[in-house]
Amino acid sequence: MFITKYIQEVWGAVRSLATGLRRTMYYFTHHKEIITQQYPDNRETLVLPERFKGEVIMPHDDKNEHRCTGCTACELACPNGTIKVITKFDIKPEGKKKKAIDKLVYHLELCTMCNLCVQACPSDAIKMAQTFEHSVFDRGLLTKILNNPGSKIMDGVE
Amino acid sequence: MFEEQGITPEGDLIVNVGPQHPATHGVLHLVITLNGETIKKVEPHLGYIHRSIEKMCESLSYRQFIYVTSRMDYLSAHINNHACALCVEKGLQVEVPPKAQVIRVLLDELTRIASHELWWGAMAMDIGAFTPFFHAFRERETINDIMEETCGARLTMNFMMPGGVMQDLHPNFQARVKSFIQQYKHKIGEYAELLTGNIIFKNRMKNVGVLSPEDAISYGCTGPTARGSGVSCDIRKLYPYEVYGQVDFDEILETGGDSLSRYMVRIREMQQSIRIIEQLIDGIPEGDFQAKTKAVLKLPKGEFYQRVETARGELGVYIVSEGGTTPYRIKFRSPGFSNLSVLDRIARGGKLGDLVAMMGTLDLVIPDIDR
Repeated sequence: MFITKYIQEVWGAVRSLATGLRRTMYYFTHHKEIITQQYPDNRETLVLPERFKGEVIMPHDDKNEHRCTGCTACELACPNGTIKVITKFDIKPEGKKKKAIDKLVYHLELCTMCNLCVQACPSDAIKMAQTFEHSVFDRGLLTKILNNPGSKIMDGVE
Repeated sequence: MFEEQGITPEGDLIVNVGPQHPATHGVLHLVITLNGETIKKVEPHLGYIHRSIEKMCESLSYRQFIYVTSRMDYLSAHINNHACALCVEKGLQVEVPPKAQVIRVLLDELTRIASHELWWGAMAMDIGAFTPFFHAFRERETINDIMEETCGARLTMNFMMPGGVMQDLHPNFQARVKSFIQQYKHKIGEYAELLTGNIIFKNRMKNVGVLSPEDAISYGCTGPTARGSGVSCDIRKLYPYEVYGQVDFDEILETGGDSLSRYMVRIREMQQSIRIIEQLIDGIPEGDFQAKTKAVLKLPKGEFYQRVETARGELGVYIVSEGGTTPYRIKFRSPGFSNLSVLDRIARGGKLGDLVAMMGTLDLVIPDIDR
């Protein structure tokens, strides 16, 4: 019968709608199961995993010394030309000339956080930082010099 | 030449969908010829997000070009990287350590689940159900958090490299994946409650966009789109790579060929991915996660082809090498392009309102179609 089938279909539709709405009502009454993070408000408590690839940094110790030898392995590994190593020659007390970095220029605007430079570095001089709020008002601020002014290479790093 | 606006000489109306349209999930432009509400022709226009990835790869070395492929099918970035890494390894004749193989397969399957979750939420939103989107993203966020902890990124990981993977698994990885499996099994019932069993949804999907097995083969459809028509095409089963030959899982086949069948294939495929992860997660072998490779990779002269099963179908990577440090030519056979080309075939004779349901179940990712 057409009428019976019609009523059955309407009843089935109402029932399946109610099933879906029951799930909505469940979360309406169970606030603790909601996992939404209120991002800008939870900045203090936000912890990013240690492997998170935010930007490339060069760690310095408390004597303002880094581990970079200026071998340009990172520059060669980078697919986008993000890193430029500018080297100079230091004159050691003995009178020998030694290659060292003058500036390690890092273009954050070109970087795709692919981690290839960190993998290529033979002396663990650079690593990935967990920062992620990179917006600035001036494009020039995205070009960074990774070594601190007046920094030296650590003793024993070849 | 075809007209892009106005009325054809036969009196049919031409309607443009996109390139900026929320249901196309990207910059896809469809020129639809309508007779009343019946679709007479659908013409997809591409080129709005063409970044010449294949040409870019020719100037990058074999380690560097892998990161670009994450930007093709960004929802299965791991699997794209995996295909490239496998193809380079084929040329280098490098044996990948067993630990790296298991890690790769685990991450691939997690990516597949995450991709299907996003498809499920986005497709439901296209046809008018808004709530499933948030439920899908809850599970997807858990996977993204696992990825973030191990690979350092949520979407474009660049974790696979020729010879293995970039880093070892994070110590928390096993525990977190196990808790995800528990969460998934606990929440899978909600999916059926919210959408699969809904009568409005069923009526909108059933017998809409019917794709016959013959058409699926002749248009080159792969992945869940073809398996919804009963065409067996799972590369993981037919040409097993890595450890897929040793794990026990089913190839999901549905025979309907309509939108509902394609939907059910993906829903059931997620459970098979969970099954693969469950088999591998406890027995991750000890050893290296990376094979020893040279500092500068050089492929011997020749041609290399590797195909893998992404979340959307068969991805093929074809490398022509002249013996140098960069590839001479790279070609990607992307699953989305073939799956999109069948849209005109299945949409003809259908109604305009059903077009979104058809597009949704083809699972189109535009940057993958338009490399």
